[in-house]
Amino acid sequence: MIRLDELTKIFDTPSGQVVASDRVDMEVPEGEICVLLGPSGCGKTTTMKMVNRLIEPTSGKIFIGDTDVTKQNPIELRRTIGYVIQQIGLFPNKTIEDNICAVPDLLGWDRKKSRARAAELLEMVALDPGTFLKRYPKELSGGQQQRVGVIRALAADPPVMLMDEPFGAIDPINREVIQDEFLRMQGDFKKTIMFVSHDIDEAVKMANRIAIFDAGKLIQYDAPDDLLAHPKNSFIADFVGGDRTLKRLRLITVGDAMMSDPPTVRAEDTLADAAAKMEEHGHISIVMVGPKGRARGIVYLSDARGAKGRVGENHKKLPASINAREDLRTAVSMMFTHDETSLAVVDDDGFYKGYVTQRGITHLLGATYRDA
Amino acid sequence: MEIVGYIFDNLGLIGERTLEHVAIVVVAVGLAILTGVPIGIAITQNQRAADIVLYVAAIIITVPSIALFGVMIPVLSVIGQGIGYLPAVIAVLLYSQLPIIRNTYTAISNVDPALREAAKGIGMTAAQRLRQVEIPLAVPVIMAGVRTAVVMNIGVAAIAAYIGAGGLGTFISRGISQTDPRQLITGALAVSVLAVAADFALLWLQRRLTPRGVSIPR
Repeated sequence: MIRLDELTKIFDTPSGQVVASDRVDMEVPEGEICVLLGPSGCGKTTTMKMVNRLIEPTSGKIFIGDTDVTKQNPIELRRTIGYVIQQIGLFPNKTIEDNICAVPDLLGWDRKKSRARAAELLEMVALDPGTFLKRYPKELSGGQQQRVGVIRALAADPPVMLMDEPFGAIDPINREVIQDEFLRMQGDFKKTIMFVSHDIDEAVKMANRIAIFDAGKLIQYDAPDDLLAHPKNSFIADFVGGDRTLKRLRLITVGDAMMSDPPTVRAEDTLADAAAKMEEHGHISIVMVGPKGRARGIVYLSDARGAKGRVGENHKKLPASINAREDLRTAVSMMFTHDETSLAVVDDDGFYKGYVTQRGITHLLGATYRDA
Repeated sequence: MEIVGYIFDNLGLIGERTLEHVAIVVVAVGLAILTGVPIGIAITQNQRAADIVLYVAAIIITVPSIALFGVMIPVLSVIGQGIGYLPAVIAVLLYSQLPIIRNTYTAISNVDPALREAAKGIGMTAAQRLRQVEIPLAVPVIMAGVRTAVVMNIGVAAIAAYIGAGGLGTFISRGISQTDPRQLITGALAVSVLAVAADFALLWLQRRLTPRGVSIPR
């Protein structure tokens, strides 16, 4: 847990005093990622850097757990906080192994233990220890270097991590991969993380909670969906963007939005039965499943009504299906691509689990406004 | 041919003088590293101090060596060392300060700020940052300063023959006073060869001392 209590930083500059952080009160719960977001100069980085005391606060308190870190020895404090920066900052004179073990070495860990851990961590980010342990940072690509930067911060297993735009300098394709990798690791490690970003999409993807800053003040601190659905003022609304409701699509999985236990037909059913089923449910199409329940095809009401024959000979190819683990943004994109208003949802093995409709999605996104 | 003959007849003497010469430069530059590198590191902490120190070192280097020797004679005579080995070493020590201090200062202050922040952020003390990160990265540039100092001061040490410090300069001073081109050219040649050889030796050392991760091409 990280708690900031009336945290304030005032810089004395030649042109007068600048309030970089203005009485910031917030708490990052144990095991959550909090993204500090805002335009440049809004105080997000200053606020974060006060936590490991790279910047000394002017006033206010910072607690990690129950300890007031402003009273702790800063060197010892930093060794208990993982730190990742945008410029990566791997030491070029040290091997990857020694870079990863930098903090364990400072803490005087047993060499065998720390080196074993380095190899283990490299494997977690899909870098082969045999190849990379003895290499130097210059011999790695930017994406590989930042993976090492992240695991260097994890090496001594700190409960708390600070990440300063960690993926900002990485190309968009690699960034997505590293973000996913990191979220997977976070699922195991459950670190308490403060993460600075200026990218709303990254924030929505990474955060359990987002804190938006402007001119040193914490303006809104909420879960991503609440922030996107209910921006507190016009600054936040502008910052998160006019397409903010579309951004919410990313936060919901198809599995959560789908209608489950859908009606189905089998190859041996007659078209008349199929039409009756569709009319019963008010659907304009129905999915045909195989003997074990895999989605095999589709029958449209317009084709089935009044027609003779069996489903097996008269079904059409399923235009598109989507995995239940995908997010709604992908689902909507797929609907637009195929000019469909509904999609069949399948699990990893291709079993038909349910369906999502455009109507259902808009209804779901609108729920937060109806309750209010 | 006369000169070649002279050189072969006097190989032993040339060797002896070379050792004297090397003894002045190595001891003086060695001491200059021990003073110049810490000074160069220290002044990275304070811009004003850096300006003053670099300015003073630059002034020292502009003083002609003959004049410096002249100034030192009365001063060091107090301890009976007005001429000879000691003033020669002091002169080389002073002349070495600028290249060594300046290169150390430049190298340390040019260490990527991101590395400094990473080192600080993971909990290294100032001493650990210097030893584990900043100095290893600065080694190539510091060594380049040492090379400049050595090559330049092999020339300065030749002039120290005039204050009885020995070394290869003795051939030159005798060659002039005895109007003997054989000695003059032998001395000049030996000084040049020594300077080039020292530069190569130090270049080799510089490469050895540069961390592998720094020297590999990207």
